[in-house]
Amino acid sequence: MSERITKDMARNIYFGGGIFAILIFVGLAFDSAHQIPKLSHSENITKSVVAGKKIWENNDCVGCHTLLGEGAYYAPELGNVFQRLGSSDETTFKAYMQGWMAAQPLDTPDRRKMPQFHLTPEQVNDLADFLIWTSKVNTQQWPPNIQG
Amino acid sequence: MKYSSQMVAKPYFIFALMLLAGEIIFGLTMSIQYIYGDFVFPAIPFNVLRMVHVNLLIVLLLFGFMGSTYYLIPEEAERELWSPLLAKITFWIFLIAGVATILGYLFVPYAELAKLTMNDLWPTMGREFLEQPTITKIGIVVVVLSYLLNVTMTVIKGRKTTISIILLTGLFGLAFFFLFAFYVPDNLVMDKFFWWFVVHLWVEATWELILGALLAFVLVKLTGVDREHIDKWLYLIIAMTLIAGLAGTGHHFFFMGAPGYWLWIGSIASAAEPIPFFLMILFAYNMIKNRRIQDDNKMALTWAKGTAVVGFLGAGVWGFMHTLAPINYYTHGTQLTAAHGHLSFFGAYVMIVFTMISYAMPILRGRPHGNCAKAQKVELASFWLMVIGMIGLTLALTVAGVMQIEMQRMPDSAHALAFMEAQAKITPVYIVRSLFGVMTFLGLLTYFYSFFVKDDKKVA
Repeated sequence: MSERITKDMARNIYFGGGIFAILIFVGLAFDSAHQIPKLSHSENITKSVVAGKKIWENNDCVGCHTLLGEGAYYAPELGNVFQRLGSSDETTFKAYMQGWMAAQPLDTPDRRKMPQFHLTPEQVNDLADFLIWTSKVNTQQWPPNIQG
Repeated sequence: MKYSSQMVAKPYFIFALMLLAGEIIFGLTMSIQYIYGDFVFPAIPFNVLRMVHVNLLIVLLLFGFMGSTYYLIPEEAERELWSPLLAKITFWIFLIAGVATILGYLFVPYAELAKLTMNDLWPTMGREFLEQPTITKIGIVVVVLSYLLNVTMTVIKGRKTTISIILLTGLFGLAFFFLFAFYVPDNLVMDKFFWWFVVHLWVEATWELILGALLAFVLVKLTGVDREHIDKWLYLIIAMTLIAGLAGTGHHFFFMGAPGYWLWIGSIASAAEPIPFFLMILFAYNMIKNRRIQDDNKMALTWAKGTAVVGFLGAGVWGFMHTLAPINYYTHGTQLTAAHGHLSFFGAYVMIVFTMISYAMPILRGRPHGNCAKAQKVELASFWLMVIGMIGLTLALTVAGVMQIEMQRMPDSAHALAFMEAQAKITPVYIVRSLFGVMTFLGLLTYFYSFFVKDDKKVA
């Protein structure tokens, strides 16, 4: 193969193929950025959801958990935790979250530990709202089952 | 060494290696926490260990790329570096910013660090790999811009080669895509979508250009093969990188809220992503087979072959394993992802930095014919310890991933094990992973030792 291709041909493949690939990618990226607000129900992003996302970031939750499959693999997936531990019911989930966040770290020897983040009840409420919003994103039916 | 300004590469290489030692130490600590959750908890929780582990990796690779560039560019441009002083200043700025950030991670709770660095003014923290405070990110931009200025000016004023132009293209791409780190929309899905513009378009696009250019440079120097021939291979490799790698970003857009067409486009394009890595193997072995000179620095060639092969295994084979959407549906966000991440970063990027260091350091230390035979023997041992260690821990993580998928992902909701239950059953595999991690670390220590091995004959 390498004998039949000259350096000029290889360079043309690089420039031609590269520019083609960039155009395709940029086009699709624009289309996606246009569609994502609808697919993710942007209209439901309340102040509380935004505040919850900040709490998620400021405590580096993604350093242990995954969210929609991305993050660290040390702790459970939280994209569907609203369904898994809150039975898709807001009151149940929020009560659960308040209890869970207050109880950390659990006193089970050698179990992986979640730190105590000292969040106020309002902050836990915001975090819960953020996770509830996330659980309703269209993820192409992922994860395969409730365990995430 | 042909140009005295190439000497600025030396501290970059040495510091990159020190950071690698730190990275492995934190990796080992995490691997123990996987088994004993109370290990160093609550002093250093897992998320802090992890951000140190991955940030050290990114910073060490940036230092490695910068050192490699400062060594390579004067020789390619056939003139001294535009400003060796600027290169020295940026080294210290980057070092101080890097160390301060790591110390911040370790000694200040992350939420406090966010407050201290006024994250609210322009929030960019708390996202995987981009955990750095905004001020550090700005520092990275300043350092990278001054580095680009230095390298670009040197190339403009000197000889322009295919290798230096492609290296520059990769570096400009690296700088450009990092800017997406400053865009953090309130919509999590948009946030994730553009986050991949940094992460994927670094490691699976622009960095591959850097990797290709560095590999081509070492092969030019060590094999004496005609540049026409080497340049042709380089163009083919990076052509395939862009053709497959750009649309291949789609394999990250399957299940995070992006449109459904990415399931097809991401699968098809990224299925071709192993091709450039396979070409790199053919490239390295072909050039070495047709070499016109016999260089005494055998280890540099060994690393060059190693980075091509292990890069192909980690990025190509382990990537392909789970890149098709119907498979990724079950593997997404499991230990299999971790397995792929470890071997690809090591094979493609850490090993190309080793290749450059093993080629350039002896010359920078006044040994134009490479290290003595005895030192190279020690280095060869370190090569195999690290390569086998990394392949071993990758295999362990692969087994862990398959077990996790079988227990947690495949069964229906009524029968699937919960995450923590499945993890408990995988513990023995995590012990094996730790042991291979120790082996990798011993390999790195052996590598350090090889720097101090002296030839018996000369001493006597």
